[in-house]
Amino acid sequence: MTISPVIKQEHLYKLVEQGKRADGRQFNQYRPITIEPGIISKAEGSARVRIGNTQVIAGIKMSIGDPYPDTPDSGVITTAAELIPLASPDFEAGPPDQQTIELARVVDRGIRESEVIDLGKLCIIPGEKIWIIFIDIHIIDYDGNLFDAASLAALAALFNAKVPITQLMPMLEKIKEQYPDAAGYLQEHPEDYPLPLRDPPISCTFVKFNNAIVVDPSIDEQDIAEARITVATDPKGDIRAMQKGLKGSFTADEIKKIIKDSVINGSDIRKILKESVGT
Amino acid sequence: MKSDKKLIDENGKRLDGRGPDQLRNIKIEAGVLHRADGSCYLEWGGNKVIAAVYGPREAIPKHTQNPLKAIVKARYNMAAFSVDDRKRPGPDRRSQEISKVTSEALEKIVLTDQFPRAAIDVNIEVLDAEAGTRCAGLTAAGVALADAGIPMRDIPVACAAGKIGAENNDGMFSGGFVVLDLGKEEDNFGNADLPIAIAPRTNDIILLQMDGHLTFDEFEHALDLAMKGCQEISKLQKEALLRRYKSDVEVEE
Amino acid sequence: MSKSTREIVIPGQLVGDLKDFKPGRGTIVENEKIYSNVLGIRYESPPYINVVPLKGRYDAVMGDLVIGIVEEAMSSSWLVDINAPYPALLHVNEVPWDVEFGETEKFLNTGDSIMAKVLQVNIEKKLQITLKDRNLYKIRGGHIINVEPSKVPRIIGKKGSMIGILKKYTRCRIFVGQNGRIWIDGEDKNVALAQQAIHKIEEESISFGLTNKIEEFLASHGQ
Repeated sequence: MTISPVIKQEHLYKLVEQGKRADGRQFNQYRPITIEPGIISKAEGSARVRIGNTQVIAGIKMSIGDPYPDTPDSGVITTAAELIPLASPDFEAGPPDQQTIELARVVDRGIRESEVIDLGKLCIIPGEKIWIIFIDIHIIDYDGNLFDAASLAALAALFNAKVPITQLMPMLEKIKEQYPDAAGYLQEHPEDYPLPLRDPPISCTFVKFNNAIVVDPSIDEQDIAEARITVATDPKGDIRAMQKGLKGSFTADEIKKIIKDSVINGSDIRKILKESVGT
Repeated sequence: MKSDKKLIDENGKRLDGRGPDQLRNIKIEAGVLHRADGSCYLEWGGNKVIAAVYGPREAIPKHTQNPLKAIVKARYNMAAFSVDDRKRPGPDRRSQEISKVTSEALEKIVLTDQFPRAAIDVNIEVLDAEAGTRCAGLTAAGVALADAGIPMRDIPVACAAGKIGAENNDGMFSGGFVVLDLGKEEDNFGNADLPIAIAPRTNDIILLQMDGHLTFDEFEHALDLAMKGCQEISKLQKEALLRRYKSDVEVEE
Repeated sequence: MSKSTREIVIPGQLVGDLKDFKPGRGTIVENEKIYSNVLGIRYESPPYINVVPLKGRYDAVMGDLVIGIVEEAMSSSWLVDINAPYPALLHVNEVPWDVEFGETEKFLNTGDSIMAKVLQVNIEKKLQITLKDRNLYKIRGGHIINVEPSKVPRIIGKKGSMIGILKKYTRCRIFVGQNGRIWIDGEDKNVALAQQAIHKIEEESISFGLTNKIEEFLASHGQ
């Protein structure tokens, strides 16, 4: 575990008292964001997202599977994250720990509950065969704010993804032999097609320390954060997911202000996302 | 291994247009990560890998420490999305074996006695996989180790040669070509694969595996090809490091 | 260090012959030939050939002044991170205070920063540091930044010329640890300026007149 010096904390405390951050940003300002879609040829969709020095790669794989009994006509998404030791001196190899699982679940919720993916359109044969979407998030370089980088990478990868009809045609043909109804689906979708996606909510993460609240925490800010909150807002400015973390607290007014700031930052980031994936 | 496809024609031209002794395209970039002590991004044909080095740092847990020298811990990992059928995250038997032989190969090159009780962690992540990832990973690791300032005898480099296009009649092989650096189809349908890693200055072999079927003469030829491939890639490793750091030494004060 | 050919070299590269030179830092000898063992810069410093690493952890040398961060307070000593491969040991006998057994935490605790001197580096690379010398103490206030240990000589400059200019124009207190940690204290905007100047020194290629260049930068950006 890397020990962070106490005077670093004191330095950051002193700066925020004067309305400043160590890297010169405003409290409500993100580091530069870049999105590169389609960087992994084996994946159905992929993207690399950089927020400052933080770097995350998300990849989408799809396969054909059986639906859950309670949602027989819907596709399935599963989200996993890997905090691999490549990305930080403090990450260890091994099965996902609580931090990793929280990250994957928050990303998953932002996509699932906000219905970014029209899962109803990912049904091949109702009650029998549906598409499974695997969202895998690989942290490459960890310099703070994984939540936003991971969410954005997952979204960009989804927008970059194509349903792999051509590649899985042999399997689809077999399914058609067993379930003649599949012919309808195949007629409608003779070749690869983009995932059915809606305008996505965007996650913005804030941390609080020494009574200051800053967006997009750097690793140093995250190390000393007392409380953290992630808010996902949609294009209408409505709230679609939230997650508060760490041991400190926020006041209700602070949270309301954070939501308003999320809408502003979210719409900027949504523009970057749309430009990069070309929708 | 069964070859339904014609992997190579009579003139020695391969599916992707390469000649028998030609490498796929290779691109190497040193020092690409912010947090790691040393790092390398490498593209080799359709392979994309990143290697990151941390250390030397105190080996943990303590019982893994060697009081006389550093241990080199390579960890080869494939991203879930790096292959056609999604791979379950986490180490499987194949990646554990590759991690082991890679660690052993690197340990031979690193001057481990300079750092008693320490660990040098080498993380190799395969982002896109298309035949030959262990060679790509080890080659990237060599650059990342140098980039981290780790003292070494040499910069390790890896490459494979193999055999493709033989006729198989009930296990009796006839014909076929020994070729350098098997591509995707060649790896799936070829007759033999011989990945090696060497210390390029001395040509010492530090990793060698082989599967398939080779005569002694074919082995000699394949080893020779793979060595030459290693030497060619070694040049690219050096160029990548010099590109990254040449601005550090431009003019004398 | 004498003048002469400077060249970037990589591990395994031939840097000289035993007939002409003795093998110095960062080299190995095989079959009468001298090779570099690290990514670095080749210096001829007759009779030696040295390779000074460009990157890597701090290689502790006895007598070096360093900035350490306390990792752990133990019953009669502290473990201190000095950016070397291993934590350094600071024994209660090596501090200027009377510390009762088990009361180390009252004096230095996890996360505290200190200016220390490397007391001993033994053959197993076990490191000991001391606070018993002039100008060694626990750091209060200010800010620490990190640079590659190999860039430290450049930041200090010839006979302290660079550091002198930094102090003069920023009116900051600056302490450069040989281990690549730099402590800066002063008015906030001056600390920021010093920080910018140091990053500039770090990034610029070694070029003739870097000291003048930095002086110009400081003069134009200061008040």
